[in-house]
Amino acid sequence: MVQFNLPKNSKILKGQTFKDKTGSQNIKVVHIYRWDPEKKENPREDTFEVDLNTCGNKVLDILNKIKNDLDSSLTFRKSCAHGVCGSCAMNIDGVNTLSCMKSHKDIKGDLRIFPLPHLKVVKDLVADLSTLYKQYESIEPWLKTSKLKSQKNEINQSKENREKLDGLYECIMCACCSTSCPSYWWNGESYLGPAVLLQAYRWISDSRDEEKMKRLKMVADKLKLYRCHTIMNCTSSCPKGLNPAKAIGSIKKMLATS
Amino acid sequence: MSAYKIIDHKYDVLVVGAGGSGLRAAVGLSESGLKTACISKVFPTRSHTAAAQGGISAALGNAGEDDWRWHMYDTVKGSDWLGDQDCIEYLCKEAPEAVIELEHYGVPFSRTKDGKIYQRAFGGMTKNYGNEPVQRTCAAADRTGHAILHTLYGQALKHKTEFFIEYFALDLLMKNGECKGVLAWNLNDGTIHRFRSHITILATGGYGKIYHSTTAAHTCTGDGNGMVLRAGLPLQDMEFVQFHPTGLYGIGCLISEAVRGEGGYLVNSKGERFMERYAPKAKDLASRDVVSRSMSIEIKEGRGIGENKDHIHLHIDHIDPKIIESRLPGISESVETFVHRDVTKDPIPVVPTVHYNMGGIPTNYKAEVITLNGNDKTVPGLMAIGEAACVSVHGANRLGSNSLIDLVVFGKSAAMRAAELVKPNSPHDEISKSETDKSLDRFDKLRNGNGSNKTSELRLLMQKTMQEKCAVFRTEKTLKEGVNEIKKPFEDMKHISVKDRSLIFNTDLMETLEFDNLIRQAITTMESAYYRKESRGAHAREDFPKRDDQNYMKHTLSWHDGKKVKIDYRKVNLSTMTNDVQTFPPKDRVY
Repeated sequence: MVQFNLPKNSKILKGQTFKDKTGSQNIKVVHIYRWDPEKKENPREDTFEVDLNTCGNKVLDILNKIKNDLDSSLTFRKSCAHGVCGSCAMNIDGVNTLSCMKSHKDIKGDLRIFPLPHLKVVKDLVADLSTLYKQYESIEPWLKTSKLKSQKNEINQSKENREKLDGLYECIMCACCSTSCPSYWWNGESYLGPAVLLQAYRWISDSRDEEKMKRLKMVADKLKLYRCHTIMNCTSSCPKGLNPAKAIGSIKKMLATS
Repeated sequence: MSAYKIIDHKYDVLVVGAGGSGLRAAVGLSESGLKTACISKVFPTRSHTAAAQGGISAALGNAGEDDWRWHMYDTVKGSDWLGDQDCIEYLCKEAPEAVIELEHYGVPFSRTKDGKIYQRAFGGMTKNYGNEPVQRTCAAADRTGHAILHTLYGQALKHKTEFFIEYFALDLLMKNGECKGVLAWNLNDGTIHRFRSHITILATGGYGKIYHSTTAAHTCTGDGNGMVLRAGLPLQDMEFVQFHPTGLYGIGCLISEAVRGEGGYLVNSKGERFMERYAPKAKDLASRDVVSRSMSIEIKEGRGIGENKDHIHLHIDHIDPKIIESRLPGISESVETFVHRDVTKDPIPVVPTVHYNMGGIPTNYKAEVITLNGNDKTVPGLMAIGEAACVSVHGANRLGSNSLIDLVVFGKSAAMRAAELVKPNSPHDEISKSETDKSLDRFDKLRNGNGSNKTSELRLLMQKTMQEKCAVFRTEKTLKEGVNEIKKPFEDMKHISVKDRSLIFNTDLMETLEFDNLIRQAITTMESAYYRKESRGAHAREDFPKRDDQNYMKHTLSWHDGKKVKIDYRKVNLSTMTNDVQTFPPKDRVY
């Protein structure tokens, strides 16, 4: 049988353990992926014993507590802490989600935290999203209409047409969906992935936009679109409860019927 | 500091910050053909504009008659007459066009039955100069900021603005009192960049994180304000910190004023709708400072809710769940996620929470930064917009939904002014080496801090001090103690400890640099508050409960030279910009 091994320098080694010093009986053991690009060392998994008696309910609270009290060099992105900015996406207990929304109380036993999978790691839990951002740019996420110069008022849009954007415009670009998609893992350079296709569909669905057909054609490509094999990891991982798989299905359907 | 290699860039205009105001400016600048760079410490859609919920004000009149003059009156009254009326006139007059422009950019506004932009009621927004509530706040459900931010980022992409993402701005590069650019640190590869520009526009947001409990993001550290102080320039009206009446209790997450705009109301432990006592006419839709004070009094007098009687209940359980689902879906989600309650059945636990900084970098309505040198004097090459700026349109208290409109109106105004001032591709002045070295020296010292004081400890001390000594209600005693105590975390920075010495994505160092910005703003906020011996808008002194127009109808300016604070004052502009509207003279402020 063929045996697959990680390259030697990618193997995750056992790292440091930060023992609890408070004597608390309410301890969560947290394992976190660490990698410093400036040290020529393998990635490692550090272990932290965190006193939950003095910690908020979310995984981000744990990370902040570690950074503030135990190891200030722990590196992760964070901003709003309320689930709207999409900064703190990471792989928690095997699932991609926002650390600010994920309650650690839902996780039994030890807590394991990794960066979003299948992206280049910048440092510790910070992953490189630059490819995804370029793909987002490629779908031209702005309204295309010829009416504007003459129009002093808003472009009329019925309530019903506006409702077609619900479930699409709310995306916070956290990338949890795209980085949970096996197709995106293998073809991330060419397959647009669920996050970007959801946004492509948001503009296709906007009744004010006049380039629906062009937009459809733009994504109608065996790699850009049809690498979606309806695995549905995207939908189950979306921390905002959106359904990128359905949006992709709708694009395919529109192409098939247009 | 020759150890740091510097990468040079030249642009006509540089925007620092990529939230609503920075992006709106960048769009206008790119449109006008100026070579524009926008640098941001976070990816643009992560900016805190994303967290704005309820809406953006503009007298469109989509839900009944409205007039920008009424909007102006409400804003002047909301500001407790500390706002400059020429700038407020400009804001309210330009607002409808600015919102229509956003709609044309593609913002997915909610709609009325006849397909127009949906508008809702908001605190302090009234008809006919202070009569019944008006629906003036344009909304995309309760995710208006998110919708605007993402749309503006798309527009900036359309206009090919050059972005430098995850670059942390360190300092302004000044020469003979003029701004010549910015020094910045690229987090992704650890390199140092010198941006030379004819105009630098600071769109760096507020500094809510000087407090412990705030709706502000971790990134709201007022980095532009910090840079301005270090450049020897003043900040204005720093004592005016808005406490939002409805921060989620124990969490700090914002619960939009839209909840009350859609019919929600506050009750105390006796089940009483207490706002009727404090604001008989506007009730729960009085302006934010009034509601926050009323809630604080209820709690202080023992009518708070819960074991510790320390919060208030916000009810929307009487509203049709279908309306909640379509107009307040984000709120329902947040309440479910953070306190596990169903808003269609249970009340929301809320408490006044630090939310917005009315103060900031003083500017005129063209966004040009002002300093005081005998008289008002503009600072060539420097502009400020958004929450970082103090135009001042919000004066002593901002009305809800006036911040999003501030972002786009003055973002646009800054771009127009820059296009007037700068000829594309004109040559750049040299910047002295000592100016760059000064900044790198600070950077290097903090990076190698090997003392015993952790950044997180100093930050916590600062936040607790602000929370205790400079809260909703203030007194001579608390402020005097505050002025002394807030110096400690600043002095303790001499012995700061930074564990991570690397340059790539060193968030240990970044948080330390952010703290260095925050603490200077905390100090100027506390001192500005101490010297204002009156109550006006969000600045409520128990020992001086009345507004004192005779002595304090003036803007506070505060400088911090790294050792001590200097306070001075400048006039409030009570005259309008044009004859389209009359000045609103000061009167008693009742809701």
